[in-house]
Amino acid sequence: MRVPAVLYGDEGLIAEMDDKVLEQIGNVACLPGIVDAAYTMPDAHWGYGFPIGGVAAFDPDGGGVVSAGGVGFDISCGVRTLLTGLKRQDLESCKEALADSLFRTIPAGVGSTGKIVLDEIEMDRMLEGGARWAIGQGYGRAEDLDRIEEHGCIPGARPEAVSHRARQRQREEMGTLGSGNHYLEVQEVTAISDDGAAAAFGLARGDVVVSIHCGSRGLGHQIGTEFLREMALTAPAHGISLPDLELACAPIRSEIGQRYLGAMRSGINCALANRQILTDLTRRVFAHFFPEAALPVLFDVSHNTCKEEDHETGSGRRRLFVHRKGATRAFGAGRPDLPAAFAATGQPVFIGGSMGTPSAIMVGAALRPEQAFASSCHGAGRRLSRHQASKRWRGRQVVDELRERGIIIKSPSMRGIAEEAPGAYKDSTAVVETAHLAGLSRKVATLEPLICIKG
Amino acid sequence: MTTPALGSAIEPHAELFPHDADVGVRGIGPTRDSAFEQAALALTSAVTDPAGIASQEAIEVTCEAPDDAYLLVDWLNALIYEMSVRRLVFGRFAVSIEGNRLYGRAWGEPVDRARHMPTVEPKGATLTALKVVVRDDGAWVAQCIVDV
Repeated sequence: MRVPAVLYGDEGLIAEMDDKVLEQIGNVACLPGIVDAAYTMPDAHWGYGFPIGGVAAFDPDGGGVVSAGGVGFDISCGVRTLLTGLKRQDLESCKEALADSLFRTIPAGVGSTGKIVLDEIEMDRMLEGGARWAIGQGYGRAEDLDRIEEHGCIPGARPEAVSHRARQRQREEMGTLGSGNHYLEVQEVTAISDDGAAAAFGLARGDVVVSIHCGSRGLGHQIGTEFLREMALTAPAHGISLPDLELACAPIRSEIGQRYLGAMRSGINCALANRQILTDLTRRVFAHFFPEAALPVLFDVSHNTCKEEDHETGSGRRRLFVHRKGATRAFGAGRPDLPAAFAATGQPVFIGGSMGTPSAIMVGAALRPEQAFASSCHGAGRRLSRHQASKRWRGRQVVDELRERGIIIKSPSMRGIAEEAPGAYKDSTAVVETAHLAGLSRKVATLEPLICIKG
Repeated sequence: MTTPALGSAIEPHAELFPHDADVGVRGIGPTRDSAFEQAALALTSAVTDPAGIASQEAIEVTCEAPDDAYLLVDWLNALIYEMSVRRLVFGRFAVSIEGNRLYGRAWGEPVDRARHMPTVEPKGATLTALKVVVRDDGAWVAQCIVDV
C-alpha cells in the first residue's frame, strides 16, 4: 500500500463489516498519487472496486488518478431535504391523500418515465447547466441554487464527452426517482441534538421535512459503464497495475482522465437537475394541500462524486481530486466554498435511514485538521443482501407492519419493498453516533419517516 | 460403451448470489453460449420472474471484447441498455460466440408494472466477482455483480 487505510467505526460496526471492505480499501490505498490515507466511513460496505463509504484523494501533480470505479454508476446520487413549515399534526387530516398524490405525481420504479423529453440541444444545456437549467425551465426558484452544492451547477462539464447511448438512456428519465434504495420521504423531526445548528437550519422538534434520494438516472449509469470498461482496458498503457479491475482509473492528466471528468461532471449536473425537477413536482403536490407551504430547500448533497478541492495534507495545502463513493462532503464552518447560509455553521449532512428507521441531519465538523478530507457517511448501509432480505420478508407484511406504526409506504413493487425492509439495514443510530464521536460530522436532528415513496 | 463428454450432463440454470448492496448474477451451462444465456436470465430474475414474460418482441445485439470476461460484461450491459431505452423485460435468450464476437438475441415484452412487479432497474454490469470459467465437472460458469 502507498498510504495507510483508515476505518471509522465502533467495535460493532467494524466487526459487522465484510472482509471485502478491508480488501477493497487496501486496494484503493495502492493507487498512484493517493494522498495521506484511504478512508472508510462508519456505514462502509462491500462495493465494487472502492467500498461503498470509501473516500480517497489524489494529487494530479503526483501522478494521481481519477477512477470511474471510485465514483460508481449512480453519479451524484444524493439527498435533497426541503423544509415545509408544517408540524406533524398538520398532516393528520390529509396524510393518506398526500401519500397518494405524491405517489401519483413522482415517477418511481422500473419503467417509469418523466414528462420531459429532451432533444439533443436541450440535453446539452441540461448537462452544462444542472439545477440552473431546470430552474430556467420553470422547475423551481432562483434562491434554491444557494442551497445546493456547487450552487446547482458544477463547472467543467463536457457534454460532448457524454455518449449517444448515455443520452438515449436519459431521454425520458428527467424528473424520475428510480428504484432500489431511492426514495422520497416525508419525515418528522423527532429530536434535536444541537440547538444552535438546528435553529440555523430552520429545524425544530415536530417539524415536517421532505427528503429526496436519487441520482443521475440512466445517463450516469451509462457513463459509469462505458468509462469503467475503457479505463480498465487502458490502465496498462498508462503504467497502472490494477489490483482489482473495478478500480479502473486513469491519470488525471491524461486524455481519458480529462474526458471522464467532463462526462462525470455532466452526470453531476444531470443529477442536480433531476432533484430540482422532483423538488418542483413535490412542491406542486404540497401546494394542493397546503397553499402557504413554500418548501424551501434546506440543502442538497451528493454522494458519488469526484470533486476538485483544496485540502491541508501531510505535505501542505494542495489541490486534490477527492473521490467520495457512498460518502458525503461535510465541510465545517469557515470553509470558503460553503454557501453563505452555512458559513458560520458548516454544511448540513444527511444520513438516510430506512423506511422504518430514523434518518439524521448532521453538520460538517470544523475540526482542524479535517477528518477524511472533510467527509462523512451517507446512510445506514446494508446488513443483509437483497437476496437474503427477499427471502426473509414479504413486501405486504412490511407495509402492514409499518402502517401500524403510522408510516405509509407507497411503491409499485412489493418485492422491492421486501428487499428494502428496515431489517435489511444496519442501525443508522450507531453509524450516526460513530460519525459524531469521530469528528466526521456533528449530530443536529433525528428524523422519523411518515410517508415513503419507493421506486 | 461411450463415455459422455465432460459437461454434457450439466443442466443449464440461472442463479443470483449475494452482494452487500447489489446483486450477483450467475449462469451455468454445458457450453459457454449456454452459460451466457443463463447469466442473462439471472439478470432478468433480479428484476422480475422470467417465467411471467411473454416473447412478444425480439432484439439483436452484437458485442466484441478482448476476452470472455469482458464479453460477458458487454453482453449484460447491452441488455441493460435495451431494457432501459425500450422499457422492455426479456425472458428468453440465445447466444452464439465466435472468437471474440458475441451474437445475441433476446425475446421479451414491454414492462407491465402490475403484472411483472419489477423490483429494481439494473444500472450496469460490473467487473466485480467477474469470471467466465470451466468447472472441474465441465460446466461453464459466467458471473459478475450487477449494480442495482
